[in-house]
Amino acid sequence: MLSEHSGILAYSENKDLILELLGKGSELASKMDTELAAVVLGHDVKDQAKELVGYGAQKVILVDNPQLKEFRVEPYLSALTQLIQKRKPELFLIGSTKRGKELAARLAARLNVGCVPDCLELKIDDQGRLLVERIVYGGNAVVTQVFRTKPQIVTLPRRRFEKSECKAGGPGEVVEVSDVQLEPPKAEVVEIKPIEIAETKIEEARVVIGGGRGLDKKEDFKILDELAQVLGGQVGYTRPLAEDRKWFTEWIGLSGHTIKPELYIVCGVSGVIQHVAGIRDSKIIVAINKDPEAPIMEMADYIVVGDLYEIIPALSDALRKLLGST
Amino acid sequence: MVRILICVKQAIDVSQLKADSATRHLILADAPKKISDFDKNALEEAIHIKEKLGGEVLTATVCPEDAKTTLREALAMGVDKSYLISDPIFENSDTLATSYVLAEAIKKIGDFDLILCGEASIDSFSAQIGPRLAERLGIPLITYARKLSLEGETVAAERGLEDCSETVKAKMPVLITVTKEINEPRTPSYMAIMKAFKKEIVVWKAADLGIPSEKVGEAGSAVQVLDVLAPKMERKKIVIKGETAKETAEKLAKALIQEGVVGR
Repeated sequence: MLSEHSGILAYSENKDLILELLGKGSELASKMDTELAAVVLGHDVKDQAKELVGYGAQKVILVDNPQLKEFRVEPYLSALTQLIQKRKPELFLIGSTKRGKELAARLAARLNVGCVPDCLELKIDDQGRLLVERIVYGGNAVVTQVFRTKPQIVTLPRRRFEKSECKAGGPGEVVEVSDVQLEPPKAEVVEIKPIEIAETKIEEARVVIGGGRGLDKKEDFKILDELAQVLGGQVGYTRPLAEDRKWFTEWIGLSGHTIKPELYIVCGVSGVIQHVAGIRDSKIIVAINKDPEAPIMEMADYIVVGDLYEIIPALSDALRKLLGST
Repeated sequence: MVRILICVKQAIDVSQLKADSATRHLILADAPKKISDFDKNALEEAIHIKEKLGGEVLTATVCPEDAKTTLREALAMGVDKSYLISDPIFENSDTLATSYVLAEAIKKIGDFDLILCGEASIDSFSAQIGPRLAERLGIPLITYARKLSLEGETVAAERGLEDCSETVKAKMPVLITVTKEINEPRTPSYMAIMKAFKKEIVVWKAADLGIPSEKVGEAGSAVQVLDVLAPKMERKKIVIKGETAKETAEKLAKALIQEGVVGR
């Protein structure tokens, strides 16, 4: 029964994430010796579908319908369900946005199959099985799982996998599918307030300076800003600063932004597992903290026990001098 | 009068979890358990609605029988009655199987205006039970709600998404998953805790719901766990120390330049 499934499908409503899915998808498709196809849903999106051709996908499946103009769960969900029932892929990759995760879980429920969200690694073992890894227990463990049903539905987080290296306009074709029955939305969207998103996303920064409860006032972040400027990096925050002190709306951590910069300098952060899980793939971690016993010290490459109010400005000065002279 | 059911998970308190550093195995046996954080937000929201509009607040939990102690806390917060669906054959159920058990239990408990879940559980964080349950029950779903209001037969919710906040309305019955931002869960008073001991926890087994063994546990699960290991954390842990802050900073700056992670 499992053998009738073949091919990989990839879908994300996020235009960057779909390229990352296609990046990982092409690698898996060649290992699994199968075909990779991207799915595009929307209205007047033929150009968008054409652009995706060649990004490692042999086919771009397009459903272009006025009912898909805005993202509404039920019409999107019903389109994806029917595409899967028709094409029977062995693997369906979905981007791990909040919308994507809801789609994935409901799709799995409709198809009566398994779904593994937020996969950090996907491997094919020597028996040809797909092994998927994800973080559980608040960052305390990595679980490796296999599926017993197909299609195997997996969601992949942002900035985890490299974008497809293939260029637009490569070999491939757009396949338009029109015989799809779309369900009407069950909930009515009455208002949408866009959130201002920082121009450079923290996930893309090469250097990140993280501040936590060791900073007494929001204004004190200017010393972190200054260091970020010297290093061409970005400043990030921990969840208590966003949620308890309401200084910011976003944070670094398992439930917020997961980062993997070249350098993460973390100041005045104790290092609860929730935060640590969001930074564990950073190349070099520098921890600056008054408390030598803080858990964050256990997972740093460079440890400075001291007052961040003295160390950070001194570090900005030192780097300015050293980098300016080279 | 509003009838609300909250799906409550007894989760492992991940902040107190330890691993064996040699084998990387988690020490799960004595790890403390508690109501999953976001489920507490769901409980608070439901009780708050009941206090305002009147009605009944019930919970459903699929867990081993030791969850009774944990459920007392929900009852102390203000829940009227809890249902514990517990059977050895449920062990190792994934979200496909667990959502099936929950859906069968909810159908037996009765009709609800609102079913609330946390956005995800703190231990497995898969965010699947709510959506899967809504599909199984065939009712509208609103995920990631951080504000709720009820008006007649309609519920309005503000959802926090990555790029926007969205206000949606749906006709009840609706299943809603809530985030931490929605409220601050109450700490029950001594009186409330005492009163909770008089409230009922109904325990159902698989047979009470007519659940066959092949649809639950490992046999009824679509995903199988191969291993669970603490992540490898190999860091250099080099302590940088100078006589003054300036000297420390200079040493650190040099080390970072040597690592090739700063400068162009």
